[in-house]
Amino acid sequence: MGASGIKPLGRERFWVAVLLAPTLFGLVFGALGSVLATVILSLTHWDLLTPPTWAGLANYGKLFTDDKFVTALTNTVKFSAMYVPGVVAASLVVAILMNRKIRGVSVFRTFYFLPVVTSAVAAALVWQMIYGKETGLLNFILEKLGLAPVCWFCAKNALYSVVIVNIWGAVGEGMIIFLAGLQCIPREYYEAATVDGAGDWQRFWRITMPLITPSIFFQTLISTINAFQAYDYIYMLTRRGQGDSSVPVVVFSIYRNAFNFHRMGEASAQAIELAAIVVALMAFYFWLERRYVVYE
Amino acid sequence: MNSSRGPGVRTRTMVLDFATYAILALGAIMMVLPFLWMIATSFKLPADQFTKTLIPHPATLANFRELWGHLPFPRLMWNSFLLSVLNVVGQLLTCSMGAFVFAVARFRGRNLLFTLLMVTLMIPSQVTLIPNFIIFRYMGVLGTQVPLWLPAFWGGAFGTFLLRQFFLTVPRDLADAARVDGASLLGIYWRVYLPLAKPALAALSIFTFMWTWNDLLHPLVYLPTDMNKTTLTVGLAFFQQQLAQGGKFTVLMSGALISILPLIAVFFIAQRQFVEGIALTGVKR
Repeated sequence: MGASGIKPLGRERFWVAVLLAPTLFGLVFGALGSVLATVILSLTHWDLLTPPTWAGLANYGKLFTDDKFVTALTNTVKFSAMYVPGVVAASLVVAILMNRKIRGVSVFRTFYFLPVVTSAVAAALVWQMIYGKETGLLNFILEKLGLAPVCWFCAKNALYSVVIVNIWGAVGEGMIIFLAGLQCIPREYYEAATVDGAGDWQRFWRITMPLITPSIFFQTLISTINAFQAYDYIYMLTRRGQGDSSVPVVVFSIYRNAFNFHRMGEASAQAIELAAIVVALMAFYFWLERRYVVYE
Repeated sequence: MNSSRGPGVRTRTMVLDFATYAILALGAIMMVLPFLWMIATSFKLPADQFTKTLIPHPATLANFRELWGHLPFPRLMWNSFLLSVLNVVGQLLTCSMGAFVFAVARFRGRNLLFTLLMVTLMIPSQVTLIPNFIIFRYMGVLGTQVPLWLPAFWGGAFGTFLLRQFFLTVPRDLADAARVDGASLLGIYWRVYLPLAKPALAALSIFTFMWTWNDLLHPLVYLPTDMNKTTLTVGLAFFQQQLAQGGKFTVLMSGALISILPLIAVFFIAQRQFVEGIALTGVKR
């Protein structure tokens, strides 16, 4: 971010302010103000009908004795622990394979990207048919292969099934990020390494992997943010009555408390809790970045 | 270089190529099969809904006709379309304004402000959802479409970042030359930068359209469950509950298929903008 640029003169300063006004408004009220408001709300009891009362830290204290919230938090953490490495690894492998100058790359790229364009709602409808216990496509294939059918949405399996669909929907986007990163690695590095007698394997581990770390960092960041907000597929595939779910994640808990039960204080405390975990993870990633990410 | 390439190397390259194709093809089948299944099922007779064939036999259009009886489909599509267009307009206008200032104008506090904006990218949307809901409640616009498009008119970290990255690649000489010719900053924004930024503006339009069209959470929060007022995604989600119990997956699939067709069409027309847009956010940081 250079310090260069055109210095606005006289009346132009007014126009700079005008151009910047919507962004500033969104930054102050939409983003930073919302965080502050949520923090304040989390310190109150409020049902939207009667005036809010001060609660201090009571809403936070309740979080960890509330079985429903603990279950939701556990689900969110488990979901993220599978989803983030899953998306990063799968899309990195796909991108590396596509980067091997083979024919038909653009066709493959189109196929892998289709789920990204598709709404989770529509995709989940067909996944519901694929995952069906007696009538599903997946169990049909398993049986043809001589394997036992699986109850994809029974007890523990539901979480894994939901993770699979979410990864399916996200690989295409990660693939594009990694392909762009791979294409930024200067060809001369590979040529020089070949002249020095490095084989495929060495070139991959000594050049490709270190120089793709910025993209891995970026994609891990994006995937983590998405993992903690995952909602659509889970809603479509596991929802029950009253806004509940068989795999309730924190977003479900926030949604139910805020919009079904109008417990604004508790919902806000849960949102802040979720944000705090994301911020802690980001701090950890940036610490890793300083140690392991290679910038040219 | 060629001297080291014996027949052993060539065999290995062939094996690697074969493995590459095999893995990519297997992955591609996993990616595409759900779509093929959706298409196939939507043309099957309800009695054949669980048959495991990709070619419906006999094929029928009855599911699409029946769909119209269950849901006000044109109305839902119109609602989704209108919201998506409003979001695109708001984002194009306000993000390009902010991005231009961050990329071109020089003033004190610019870098700090931009960093702050980038930090907001990491705020989970649940944190902003509750206060926004309360504010819109006080404005008396719950149950209307206002909460679903108004926020698009106060910029946004993603769009501003995307366009700023593009604006930075525009040669500075152009701005300087325009300035020598007496153009104001506003003129440079409107006549020099915006016309040049068409590819990036196209990318932002596509992303915004896609996110709005596919959004589920916000319409669920803000719109009443009235099938004439809600969006296509919410309509389909409710339809799922209605129909899954009745067991007509064929009709459900025809609805899913129609709902994704507009975006698939946009994707095939503007594939380059999609890909370059994502790449632009991921590479130059």
